[in-house]
Amino acid sequence: MYEFNYDKANSAADAASKLAASDDGKVLAGGQTLIPTMKQRLAAPEDVIDLASAGLSGIAVDGDIVVIGAMTTHATVASSSDVQSVIPALAELAGNIGDNQVRTRGTIGGSIANNDPAADYPAACMGLGATIITTKRGLSAEEFFTGLFETALDEDEIITAVKFPKVDSANYQKFPNPASRYALAGVFVAKTGSEVRVAVTGAGNDGVFRAHKLEEALAANFSADVVDISPMPEDSMIEDLHASAAYRKNLIGVMTKRAVQAC
Amino acid sequence: MVKISMTVNGKNVEGEVSPRTLLVEFIREHLKLTGTHVGCDTSQCGACVIHVDGDSAKSCTMLAVQADGSNIITIEGLANGEEMHPMQAAFKENHGLQCGFCTPGMVMSAIDLANKNGDLTEELVREGLEGNICRCTGYHNIVKSVLDGANAMKAAE
Repeated sequence: MYEFNYDKANSAADAASKLAASDDGKVLAGGQTLIPTMKQRLAAPEDVIDLASAGLSGIAVDGDIVVIGAMTTHATVASSSDVQSVIPALAELAGNIGDNQVRTRGTIGGSIANNDPAADYPAACMGLGATIITTKRGLSAEEFFTGLFETALDEDEIITAVKFPKVDSANYQKFPNPASRYALAGVFVAKTGSEVRVAVTGAGNDGVFRAHKLEEALAANFSADVVDISPMPEDSMIEDLHASAAYRKNLIGVMTKRAVQAC
Repeated sequence: MVKISMTVNGKNVEGEVSPRTLLVEFIREHLKLTGTHVGCDTSQCGACVIHVDGDSAKSCTMLAVQADGSNIITIEGLANGEEMHPMQAAFKENHGLQCGFCTPGMVMSAIDLANKNGDLTEELVREGLEGNICRCTGYHNIVKSVLDGANAMKAAE
């Protein structure tokens, strides 16, 4: 790991101003991606600003909305009785991210700010229609996730919380890479009234995306039988040593069917 | 350099570290507690698992400065004098190791699992040890050890 300066932020605003003052700064949330990346020298920020003392951790329920602070760990979300009762699929998703040790440190804000194309939380944000609250504004998941490891965050903008609306039913199914446990394909299905949202992670070239054709078919008839992935363009899928594009595309169909059946 | 202090195995310790010092480096090289191992460079193997404020964590994926002010338990902090912790005794009894390199991390993860789950099942143990890799045993005896150790911990309460 290359050398860097370390600083603690005592609030989100403090972190944002420290970030703005740095030429090449990074905020440190749970560190479960940033630190391995820095160890590999794939990232070498000049300044690391630790959010641990910024007061961004915690879960609150406001009517039918679950508000999760950006620094809340996966383990906390998974074991939260509030999340379990309002959006059980979200608690279950959090409980299957990485391994136990990743879950005790890794945070929701860190996960979505990184927007790894195979991360789980982006699928939940997109599938549930979450609002990402930052130091500057509120963004819909569609506005927030802009591409592979890319988000709409400005250089000096920090996620403070994520708001998830309650849905009638939801389920997340993923096919984890046997070695890394990251999703080769993960599908989050959410149903509210006659609206159905289907968000896919792990498979798309541009990261998480909504499968609109599947949504339309499922809105008309919420049954695994109507899941047809054949119109999906195969060249929009990730192709790498872990799985071919065709395999990933097929997994989307299988995971969607499983999620619909479990809804 | 940054001054840090924390409680490690019940003792207050202080140190001065570069921000890039990993917690596992601080534990092994500054505190000379070499029971916590480093088995990989990629945060995947779990040999370095310790407890930070009651939660298991990979000490190779934390900066020492992040642990400032926290309460740390390492494998050296488990035994009561000559008497092994019930989980350590269960690993010995069930031959839950071969070369032993992954064992400190396995034991620390196993204790966290036992602490946080009422009744452990084989499935829960296998899932719970997802972050700990053993290259010798095929996990069979490790799972047996964890189940036995968890029962022994409960009996000792």
